[in-house]
Amino acid sequence: MVRNNRVATVFTHLLLILGIAVMCLPIWLTFVGSTVTRAEIIQPPLPLWPGDQLLLNYREALFGGRNAPVLQMLWNSAIMALGIAVGKIVISLLSAFAIVYFRFPGRQLVFWTIFLTLMLPVEVRIVPTYEIAVNLKLLNTHAGLILPLIASATATFLFRQFFLTIPDELAEAARMDGAGPMRFFKDILLPLSRTNIAALFVILFIYGWNQYLWPLLITTDPDMNTIVMGIKRMIPSADDYGNWPVTMATAILAILPPALVVIVMQRLFVKGLIETEK
Amino acid sequence: MSGRVVFRSVWLPWLLVAPQLAITAVFFLWPAGEAILQSTQLPDPFGLSTQYVGWENFDYLFGDRYYRASFLTTAIFSLSVTALSMGVSLLLAVLADGVIRGSGVYRTLLIWPYAVAPAISGVMWLFIFQPSIGLFPYWLKAIGYNWNHVLNSGEAMSLVVIASAWKQVSYNFLFFLAGLQAIPRSLIEAAAIDGASPWHRFRTIILPLLSPTTFFLLVINVVYAFFETFGVIHTITAGGPGQSTMIMVYKVYADGFIGQDLGSSAAQSVILMLIVGVLTIVQFRFIERRVHY
Amino acid sequence: MATVTLENVRKRYGKTEVIHGVDVDINDGELIVIVGPSGCGKSTLLRMVAGLEVVTSGDISINGRVVNHVEPKDRDIAMVFQTYALYPHMSVFENMAYGLKIARLDKDEIHRRVDDAARLLALSELLDRRPKALSGGQRQRVAMGRAIVRQPSVFLFDEPLSNLDALLRVQMRLEIKQLQRRLGITSLYVTHDQVEAMTLADRLVVMNAGVAEQVDEPLSVYQRPASRFVASFIGSPGMNFIEGSIKGRQLVTSAGHTILLRDAQLNEGPVTAGVRPEHLEVVAESDADFLLDVVSVELLGAETLLHGTLTGASNDEGDVVAGVAGRSLAVRAAGITRVGEGQRCGLRVAAGGWHWFDKQSGQRLLTE
Repeated sequence: MVRNNRVATVFTHLLLILGIAVMCLPIWLTFVGSTVTRAEIIQPPLPLWPGDQLLLNYREALFGGRNAPVLQMLWNSAIMALGIAVGKIVISLLSAFAIVYFRFPGRQLVFWTIFLTLMLPVEVRIVPTYEIAVNLKLLNTHAGLILPLIASATATFLFRQFFLTIPDELAEAARMDGAGPMRFFKDILLPLSRTNIAALFVILFIYGWNQYLWPLLITTDPDMNTIVMGIKRMIPSADDYGNWPVTMATAILAILPPALVVIVMQRLFVKGLIETEK
Repeated sequence: MSGRVVFRSVWLPWLLVAPQLAITAVFFLWPAGEAILQSTQLPDPFGLSTQYVGWENFDYLFGDRYYRASFLTTAIFSLSVTALSMGVSLLLAVLADGVIRGSGVYRTLLIWPYAVAPAISGVMWLFIFQPSIGLFPYWLKAIGYNWNHVLNSGEAMSLVVIASAWKQVSYNFLFFLAGLQAIPRSLIEAAAIDGASPWHRFRTIILPLLSPTTFFLLVINVVYAFFETFGVIHTITAGGPGQSTMIMVYKVYADGFIGQDLGSSAAQSVILMLIVGVLTIVQFRFIERRVHY
Repeated sequence: MATVTLENVRKRYGKTEVIHGVDVDINDGELIVIVGPSGCGKSTLLRMVAGLEVVTSGDISINGRVVNHVEPKDRDIAMVFQTYALYPHMSVFENMAYGLKIARLDKDEIHRRVDDAARLLALSELLDRRPKALSGGQRQRVAMGRAIVRQPSVFLFDEPLSNLDALLRVQMRLEIKQLQRRLGITSLYVTHDQVEAMTLADRLVVMNAGVAEQVDEPLSVYQRPASRFVASFIGSPGMNFIEGSIKGRQLVTSAGHTILLRDAQLNEGPVTAGVRPEHLEVVAESDADFLLDVVSVELLGAETLLHGTLTGASNDEGDVVAGVAGRSLAVRAAGITRVGEGQRCGLRVAAGGWHWFDKQSGQRLLTE
């Protein structure tokens, strides 16, 4: 190391801790907000240490709620996040397999069609996509939350890239061993892709969990809201003090699942993040 | 990609790509086509019939003071978010790269805000800056500053920028740290032996070697600020006060869903598609180059 | 047991033909080595027999049955790949058993076959390991084991030793040969290494630019190469070639030197003459067929390699000679020969040492 100066090291650590403190501050304050009474919030300043209302507030959020119980919204979010992650992975694995291991007329066209989806995020085609979803009777359904979001160019390209690094001879050996394409896919390709699938799963789960605009459009029934978008209805408006503690408890509950995924599967998460951007 | 004819089948590959293609056709291509079609049409006031109007929607848009303003708002917003989040994360990454012990712990503590949805980030920052009950306005009042982002457009913009940038710091930090750790120690040590001060080393060696990462993050952050910050805007300001935080993506939603002005909303969608197209191409050209490193 | 027949086999990629009609008859139990420089089409030929490449025209038959459109798994063949192509996530046992499992053999039979093959290849201790935990030689053996357990009629080897270091290559070469003899299975073996080819083959197929230039036993290929290419490819150091023309009992080189011919009965006219370095003998100048200006000497102990030019041909426009070291002629003398660099020595060609090739086509010219 170049900088082995003691003072400098201590200083660096201090700065880092300060940075982390600033980064964590909003979450800490949110947590504090979820443990106090409404009265404590309405009378600023907000205490900097948690209160004793934790159980009460979280219970009210989970089972009471202002529109739908948060438990119901958590359930919807879980279905949506899992559906999107699994759906994207399955669909992308299959298309990448077809693109890499077969030559068929129209292959280039398929490749570019998939590429095109990169240029069409939900945000730029809000109204027509909504109209189509309405026509297909997808309003207020889990399928409606999931299906329009599970085409994935990024995941397809990632798997394609990975398949291209698997030596041709492996597929040929499997063919000599009498394995047909689907057998090869199941016995060789899937086991070899395991880490990639897991890493991608972490990223896509978070992506699905954090969706906001699409659930906002497609779920008008509070019982179908996901937690990330449902919380919007729980924000007290400026002239009404509302129930901030319950809203803050909901925010913490919305953060918890994806945050746990990131922390527990940190290595896969980092791998997934870096690979999907390649 | 040549010479890899491994399996032969006429129907199987189509069956394999069918789900992807079906989803793409129904939820991507069809709506995109609709958007293009609608952008050239004008529905009558009762929504009973539509009329082909050619470029009229676009002409109207570019003549619209508010739409031109939303261009500028988007530019200011994206640049501020990008600069703030990249600046903070570069600083943190350099610090974390400098410590021998504990950089793993710091990394863990710094990356998990990535898991926070933009909308949730919006709710949290709103809580902190809520004019009547928030902690920060209370502190600010103590030093004589009256914070009210509900009325003050500059403060509104600052708040959505902070809430958007905060969430993105984790991501940038991770890539900056990886980039820094990929720089050979020997280079930095050689510069130290040559007598370069830490700041000089940073400016003349580390920063140039980090430029591929920086450029990559620049594109990613602009894309993020353009499209993924909808939740932040929607929870904190809903485009207000006035139209001061009305970024383009939010305006498509506001005009299409709240204003029910379908022709204009569709025309805005088409313009956004062009912008994403350009950004995607920039990103891919760059990545292609990066592969050749 | 099986015979393999290739009849006018051709391969085209788009408009470019890379295999220009190959005919080979392989007898039951024979080990045929296909040898040639890289890009000559030898691997493509093997892969067509394997069924991994489509035959453009011509027929490939195994045991008299045309298999052009038969799937690889139904051809009753097994293949050992250059990179071994072991499944990295499976144990040695699973690697060897995979094909049998797909063929739905019953469990006991699979175990019996894998155990037998493992014993034969000294792999019994390693059956639970993953390929990553094996040495290069062991991986090679697993690849062979995977081929053996299927009890095929034909073995195909695609440069199976080229990823091993030199010492291991020699050892595995012997093992393969012994194994093939023991099992008596008809085999096709592709390599670019002429020593490997010479030592392994019952018969050689020497390929060049998509053409099988010679199909014959190794010694015949060495003694009577069918073309200038075959002559240059087989043998080390390679054959010397001298451009010139026959005038009576002399070879007049392109630069005007004369070489005395003792036993050639060839029509007069332009010709490419070839002589192997080991068929040149250092003799007194008075007994010599021609003289050599020695440029460099390599003393190897068991033999001495001399490199030089025909006397007097010191200018750049000298004789058109193609040998090991570019334009110089190589001589391989047994034991230690004391000739200094810069000296001149006499050379005599051993009886039957000359090979004659058509100047244009490179084909061997018949001598009586």
